[in-house]
Amino acid sequence: MATTTDRRTLLKVLAAGSAAAVTCSSPAAAAREKPAVPPEALGMLYDTTACIGCKACVVSCREANHLEPDTGAEGLWQMPEDLNGRTKNIIKLYHEGDRVSFMKSQCMHCVDPACASACMLHAFHKNPVNGVVEWDPFYCVGCRYCQMACPFNIPKFEFDKAIPKMVKCELCRHRVEGAALTKKDGFTRYPKGHGPACCEVCPRQAVIYGKRDELLLEAKRRIAEEPGKYFEDRVYGEFEGGGTQVLYLSHVPFEKLGLPKLGTEGVPQTAYTIQEGLYKGFIAPVAAYAVLAGVMLRNRRANQRGEGAPAADDSGNQGGRQ
Amino acid sequence: MNAHVSVHEPIHTPVPGPLFTRQFRWLLLVAGVGVAVTIWRFLFGLGAVTNLSNGYPWGIWIAFDVVVGTALGCGGYAVALLVFILNKGEYHPLVRPAVLTSLLGYGLAVLAVTVDLGRYWDLWKVPIFFWQWSHSPQLEVALCVMLYNFVLLAELSPALWEKLEKSPRPRVAAFASKAMRFIHKGGVWIIALGILLPTMHQSSLGTMMLLAGPRLHALWFTPWLPFLFILSCLILGYGIVVCEASFAAKAFGRPRETEMLGRLANVAKWVALFFVAFRIGDVALSGELGLLASPLGAVFLAELAMHLAAAAVLMSATRRADPAWQVRAGILLILAGTGFRLNTYLVAFNPGEHYRYFPAVPELLITLGFVAAELAIYLWAVKTFPILGGRTAAATRRS
Repeated sequence: MATTTDRRTLLKVLAAGSAAAVTCSSPAAAAREKPAVPPEALGMLYDTTACIGCKACVVSCREANHLEPDTGAEGLWQMPEDLNGRTKNIIKLYHEGDRVSFMKSQCMHCVDPACASACMLHAFHKNPVNGVVEWDPFYCVGCRYCQMACPFNIPKFEFDKAIPKMVKCELCRHRVEGAALTKKDGFTRYPKGHGPACCEVCPRQAVIYGKRDELLLEAKRRIAEEPGKYFEDRVYGEFEGGGTQVLYLSHVPFEKLGLPKLGTEGVPQTAYTIQEGLYKGFIAPVAAYAVLAGVMLRNRRANQRGEGAPAADDSGNQGGRQ
Repeated sequence: MNAHVSVHEPIHTPVPGPLFTRQFRWLLLVAGVGVAVTIWRFLFGLGAVTNLSNGYPWGIWIAFDVVVGTALGCGGYAVALLVFILNKGEYHPLVRPAVLTSLLGYGLAVLAVTVDLGRYWDLWKVPIFFWQWSHSPQLEVALCVMLYNFVLLAELSPALWEKLEKSPRPRVAAFASKAMRFIHKGGVWIIALGILLPTMHQSSLGTMMLLAGPRLHALWFTPWLPFLFILSCLILGYGIVVCEASFAAKAFGRPRETEMLGRLANVAKWVALFFVAFRIGDVALSGELGLLASPLGAVFLAELAMHLAAAAVLMSATRRADPAWQVRAGILLILAGTGFRLNTYLVAFNPGEHYRYFPAVPELLITLGFVAAELAIYLWAVKTFPILGGRTAAATRRS
């Protein structure tokens, strides 16, 4: 009998202990609220099966954003090799055996952007209405933590300049001034000349823009129309990394195009759950401070009683060294 | 209360002797080269002196100067924790020199950050524009480190007041006495802050790399990273205190604190062993032991082996009592902690296969310049202010 009681007690203790351990160990127990898709979220949809790699979008992006030419090693013509301080949008070619695909890269405008979570003063921040991830030079100190955080490796820094900027696609937000969104053919868009330059110039509509929910519907319509045409019959960006506002349809595996395998959780989830958990209302630091000071005051009093000597204050001026 | 400090034989005294020795001039030269390269960096941008790229936006200036540098500056934290919280007053003579090395580590880390920042002229906005504050762990580090520098200055200031109390000018001496009394009265509150702040920002340095998310190797990506960073700053802190105290004793003919350092090293041993056990346990519980059979798994094991080597040296009581073995263990502790931190910030970070990073020569020269400046300021400080314990033995100490 006694042994069973003991075992039961032991089990209880173990259960309570592990419950406590789980609560303490994973601050995720008090999970951070996941950011929702903004109400008027704008985005893009790129379809690899429609892209012919003409790079008209690369050129128009450069013009619309007044970016210096990137002439690469040749020095004769535009030849960006990757996104960089002069290139916010690029078309790359994936080629493996007889599998070939073009790939367009630019900011994904994440629903839960890691760059904005990294940024100390919200220089990178998400527009609360349309969800475009914007950069405000006034608050940027150039620490490049955004670059460390972005899982898509998008923000670029001008390493070759003494007065550098962060450079990335901002969905041509500088062009929308004086224009209003209107709905046409199922897509909510700005009048020509005010929308994202890459989408407006695409001769094959391989990349289109509009509201994210409309684009998601369109993508699913295309999948339903021709099942098996697209990789895993799914849209990249619907859930990846908490969702992105730029969506991809591809006939080759997404990873081959440089789109990383991400869970459905936002990249900042782990770090922010810990950080916001520890510093919520600044209660824990203040409590810790009170405990530290309390312990030290008690120690000092005990020392004074014990030795009848002046307390140890800051730097060892109580006598009696060997 | 403080009167006895100046009347009786003082516990701390400045090191006698000329400042401009040959070693000191060498240090100034290396620091000077660093300054020249730094001017170059500000004139022509980061790309002109570094191998940083859009794949590796952070290099050794962040990973070594800041992430390792502040941990080397945790000597003050690690010793204060023992002395004031665990009430181990016997380590007291170690506090003031430890706080000096902390101030140097942290002060120069702030300078290193400024050199690294692309848009450094906007840095002042970080503490001022509080309505723009995000929940970024890096913001916590930035604010906390700024504040901690002032706390360290306050903790070290008795060395200045002690010196000024002997000033022939009565008003200066009176002011110094008053300041000393003020610091002593507020001592508990300042030191409590001096323990709280490193706990906060050293853990946040771990949280920071969690934002790198999928690009940080799974063996390093653990929600326990903040906790591991606290352990590692204690390991580095104890390592530097052992090395600094041994160096000061040898170079300046001060009484050796061998017994005290032995006990301190024993604490460090347990922290290092706990670090290893915790790290293996964490990886095992996450079901990631399979990852050990990979190149980065080998790096992970090497990192733990360094910690075990330091602990192994300190296992034997005879070695713990031997000054030479103490220094060896101290160096091993420093290498182990440095390894863990460099791995987390550089080696385990994978931005994609097209990117490579190894520091450029000018980049290294700036880091070397910072280290040289740190040593030079240390020499100046211990020869100017009462920081080291005891008196320098009569010149014939060298055997």
